[in-house]
Amino acid sequence: MTSLQIDFTGFTQWIGQTLSDYLSPGWALTVELILAAVALIVMIVVLVILMIYAERKIAGFMQLRLGPMRVGWCGSVQAIADVLKLLLKECVTPFKADKFLFALAPFIVLTTSFLALVPFSYSPGLQLWDINIGVLYVTAVSSISVIGVMMAGWASNNKYSLLGAMRSGAQIVSYELSVGMSLIAVIAMSGSLSILEIINSQADGWWIYKGHIPAIISFMIFIIASTAELNRAPFDLAEAEQELTAGFHTEYSGMQFAMFFLSEYTNMLIASMMAATVFFGGWQPLYLPGLDGFNAIMDYIPGFIWFFGKVFFVVFLIMWFRWTFPRIRIDQLLRLEWKYLLPISIVNVLIAATVAVFEWYL
Amino acid sequence: MNKCINYIYSIGAAMGSLGKGMFRTFSSMVHPARILTQQYPENRETTLYIPERFEAELHLIEDENGELKCTACTLCQTACPNDTIQIKVEKVTTPEGKSKRVLSEYIYDLGRCTFCGQCVDSCNFGALEMTNHFENSEYDKRKLVKLLNERHLPANRKEEQI
Repeated sequence: MTSLQIDFTGFTQWIGQTLSDYLSPGWALTVELILAAVALIVMIVVLVILMIYAERKIAGFMQLRLGPMRVGWCGSVQAIADVLKLLLKECVTPFKADKFLFALAPFIVLTTSFLALVPFSYSPGLQLWDINIGVLYVTAVSSISVIGVMMAGWASNNKYSLLGAMRSGAQIVSYELSVGMSLIAVIAMSGSLSILEIINSQADGWWIYKGHIPAIISFMIFIIASTAELNRAPFDLAEAEQELTAGFHTEYSGMQFAMFFLSEYTNMLIASMMAATVFFGGWQPLYLPGLDGFNAIMDYIPGFIWFFGKVFFVVFLIMWFRWTFPRIRIDQLLRLEWKYLLPISIVNVLIAATVAVFEWYL
Repeated sequence: MNKCINYIYSIGAAMGSLGKGMFRTFSSMVHPARILTQQYPENRETTLYIPERFEAELHLIEDENGELKCTACTLCQTACPNDTIQIKVEKVTTPEGKSKRVLSEYIYDLGRCTFCGQCVDSCNFGALEMTNHFENSEYDKRKLVKLLNERHLPANRKEEQI
C-alpha cells in the first residue's frame, strides 16, 4: 500500500519533541498526558452531542415524526440546550440514601467508560496506548461499569433503582460472555490482541469480508450482545420506563444524571469502535480487487473519516434496533443468551479456528 | 433430531421477523413524505391539514330550508356522559291549534366536552355533527359555554334578546 493516508505520527512526535525541549522529561510526559486526556474528553463530548441529536432525529423519522425542530436550524442546538439545562439543575440526594456511594457511582460508571477508550486507534499514528492486549483490555474494563450501576441502585434506597441495578447486573454479566466469544473468533483469525495489529491485518480486506461465514456470524452476535450490554432497547430492562420509572438512575438528577447519560452514549461509541476496528478494518480504506482507480481515490480519504464513518454506521445499526424492536422479558433475555447466543458463538469459535488453521480466507 | 430442527428453524424465523420489522422502520425513515407531524403555529395559514373525521366542536346541522334539523328530543342530552349538553324546550301552539315542542336553547359546555361523539351517535335525526374547528382555547371559561342555536332562536326568544 502506498502511504497517501495522513499519518499523525509526525504530528504527535513533534508535540512530544517541543514539550521535552522546554520542560524536564517528567513534566513533558505529564503535560502530554493531560493534553491527550483533554483531547479525548472533548472528542467524546462532541461525538456524544452529535449522537444524541442523531438518535432523536432517527427516532423521529422512523416513527413518522420530525424529531426536534425548534431549537436552532432543524433542532440542531437541542442537545446542547439539554446539556446546559442539566448543568444548571440541582443534584438532589434522597433522604436516607447512602450519600457517599450515591455520589461515587456516576464517577465510577463514567471513568470506566473513558478508560475503555484508551487503546483505540483513531487514525494512522493516532493512538493513545498501543498495548498488545488491547481487545482484552477493552472488554475487561468495560465490564467494570456494572459495579457503578449496582452501586447507584443500592445507594439510592429505592426499590426501582435496586431492581434495575440487579437486572442490569444479570444482563451485563451474562452477555459479556458472548461479546468475548464473538471477538475471539476474529482474534483467532487475525492472530493478535493488539488493536493496531488487528487493523494492519485488514489492509488487504476487512475481516467481515475476509473471514466470511464465522466473521459474519460473530459480527451479528457481537452487535446483539453489545446492545444488551449497553442496556439499550430492546434489552433496556435495567431502565424499563414502564415498569421501573428509570431503573438504576431513578433518583439521580442534574449533572449526576448527565454523567450516566454520557457514559451510556460513550459505551455505545466504544462498542461501535470495537465493531469498526475488529470487523470493518478500523481506519483501513475500502479496496475493491481489480479497480485500481477506485482504490486510489479511496486512499485519499483520510483514515479518521473512514474510522468514524464505520463507527457511525454501527451506531446507526444500534439506534435502528432501538427504534424497531419491542423490549423483551428478563427470562427471554437470559434464554436468548444462554440457549442461543452462547452455544452459537462457541461453535462459531470452532469454525473460526478451523478457518484460521487451514487459512481459508477469501 | 426434531428438537434440533426446531432450534435452527426458530433462529431463522426470528431473524426473518426481525428483518421485516427493520425493513419497515427503515422504509419509514427514507420516505419523509410519510411524516405525520404538523408544525402547527407555523403552518397554520399554509399546509395545516386536519383529517375529516377529526372531532372537535359540536355543531347543529341545518336542513335545506335553513332551519335546524334538531327536534329537541333531548336524546343527546341523556347520551352525554359529562352533562355537556343542556336543552331548553318550549311548547308552541301552531296555527292549526296543536301544541309542538320547539328548541329554545341548545347550550353546549365545551369545557366539559371530551369529544366522545356519543351525542352524534345517539341522534336519530342526523342533526348533530363534530366539526374540524379545533382552536377553541379561551382566557375566560364562561366563553366556553356556547349557545349553538344562536342564529335559529324561536321568534319570542329573538325579541327577548333584542
